[in-house]
Amino acid sequence: MDDDHLRLSRRGFLQTALAAAAVANAAPVPAQPLTAAPAQPLAPPQMVQLNINGKAYTLSLEPRVTLLDALREYVGLTGAKKGCDRGQCGACTVLVNGRRINACLTLAVMHEGDKITTIEGIAKGEQLAPMQAAFIEHDAFQCGYCTPGQICSAIACIDEMRAGTASAATPDVRVLPAGPSDGEIRERMSGNLCRCGAYPNIVSAIRSVAARKT
Amino acid sequence: MHSLFYDRATDPAHALKLAQQPGTRFIGGGTNLLDLIKADVEHPARLVDINHIGLDQITELADGGLRIGALARNSDAANHRLVRARYPLLSQALLAGASPQLRNMATVGGNLMQRTRCPYFTDPAFDMCNKRVPGSGCGAREGYSRVHAILGASPSCIAVNPSDMSVALAALDASVVIAGPKGDRVVPIADFHRLPGNTPQIETVLQPGEMITAVDLPASPFALHAHYLKVRDRASYAFALVSVAAALDIENGVVRKARIALGGVAHKPWRVPAAEAALAGAALSEAACRKAAATLTAGAHTFKDNKFKLELAQNAVVRALRTAEGRT
Repeated sequence: MDDDHLRLSRRGFLQTALAAAAVANAAPVPAQPLTAAPAQPLAPPQMVQLNINGKAYTLSLEPRVTLLDALREYVGLTGAKKGCDRGQCGACTVLVNGRRINACLTLAVMHEGDKITTIEGIAKGEQLAPMQAAFIEHDAFQCGYCTPGQICSAIACIDEMRAGTASAATPDVRVLPAGPSDGEIRERMSGNLCRCGAYPNIVSAIRSVAARKT
Repeated sequence: MHSLFYDRATDPAHALKLAQQPGTRFIGGGTNLLDLIKADVEHPARLVDINHIGLDQITELADGGLRIGALARNSDAANHRLVRARYPLLSQALLAGASPQLRNMATVGGNLMQRTRCPYFTDPAFDMCNKRVPGSGCGAREGYSRVHAILGASPSCIAVNPSDMSVALAALDASVVIAGPKGDRVVPIADFHRLPGNTPQIETVLQPGEMITAVDLPASPFALHAHYLKVRDRASYAFALVSVAAALDIENGVVRKARIALGGVAHKPWRVPAAEAALAGAALSEAACRKAAATLTAGAHTFKDNKFKLELAQNAVVRALRTAEGRT
């Protein structure tokens, strides 16, 4: 056995297992609804066309499949994480038409025609996006679970600040915010939880990118 | 999540037609509806997607007011140039709610329709909730009542409306524009949400098949002196324990008009015109603010775990009025 076989990564193993399951079941569709829906006929899968990280995908999805599940279970993009699955933690944050949203609280079928960007589509080839590099430079994570959502959210956060949007930390919404203070960054990143508590370094990573000239 | 059918509407008339199918709900941002479907609280058979029917515009009205399309995102409404300049109270309230990600999805119409976060409602593991299962009782009355109502509650239900936006809309005398199979109508915001009474499952006057198309704001004298104060357990990204939308029209140091709406205390935004009228015609004083707070919360009834809310609400009213006055 050569070294490559021994270095099978956890993600590689999971993706292989997923592919095997897909072959076994013809399609990785949940066999039964999780909750009883009496006397309700099942909505069949339909073809859904999604543009993800600049690539076109045609997927066979039931209408109930969330964008997050479509990304993770049908496309194999596991960067966006299923933390709470209820819009409370932000680990599933992706960009849709450049705006950050929770992929767990929207249906994939609602996003035909949209431009979806996940953490896998942030870098330019081998060159990290500035926010990715800043997270490494500032040691802005420990376990890394929330990091894909944090980085997607942070990229949009800076776009929003540069566009002059107000936040709950803005003293007077009638006046443009003075600049990306730590208070502004913290408020604008409050939708992304980090249970390791890497917040100070996340803020400093974002502050460093925000300070750069565009 | 249970299986459900999906239709995409192409214009408002198409949406109303699709909504005549049984078991249908409109979906805009979906942030509350999909959450409740996952929780096994809501069980629509079919969703009609109204994100592509062209109701996301914000336009000036001939009378100096503003029309906010029902599908305008909370983030877009909060940051619209005219909302920030003329209705900073609404901008502040919108920005106080949820997270940036949720505000990018959530719509103005959906915000009006969002349901209570009473834990006895959102978790079907609890047997008793008249809102979720009419006739089953209220788990909160004898249970954990810290986040519940102190005004306008009924023996059936002590839940509160969770919306920040609606509290500002109440203070600004907004109206809700509705389209339906029987035609269009306009409902003042004060009449849109209902008190629980014996039918807490019916939260608004919206009838089956009807759809919110816009929120209209009248021309406002409150752009200068307004403040939305939200008191909550965390500094951000939490529902209000108590919130206050305060707006003053002050000329030469004398209050001409005042508006005060309370959130987090009742099944709907809470306003008492007498409390506002008493502030008019004089300079704002600490005593006058205290009196307004007392009038606004008159008849309050607290429960085992939310006794603190009465004093908190009264103090919040005073502080919100003082902050609104101090704006320049």
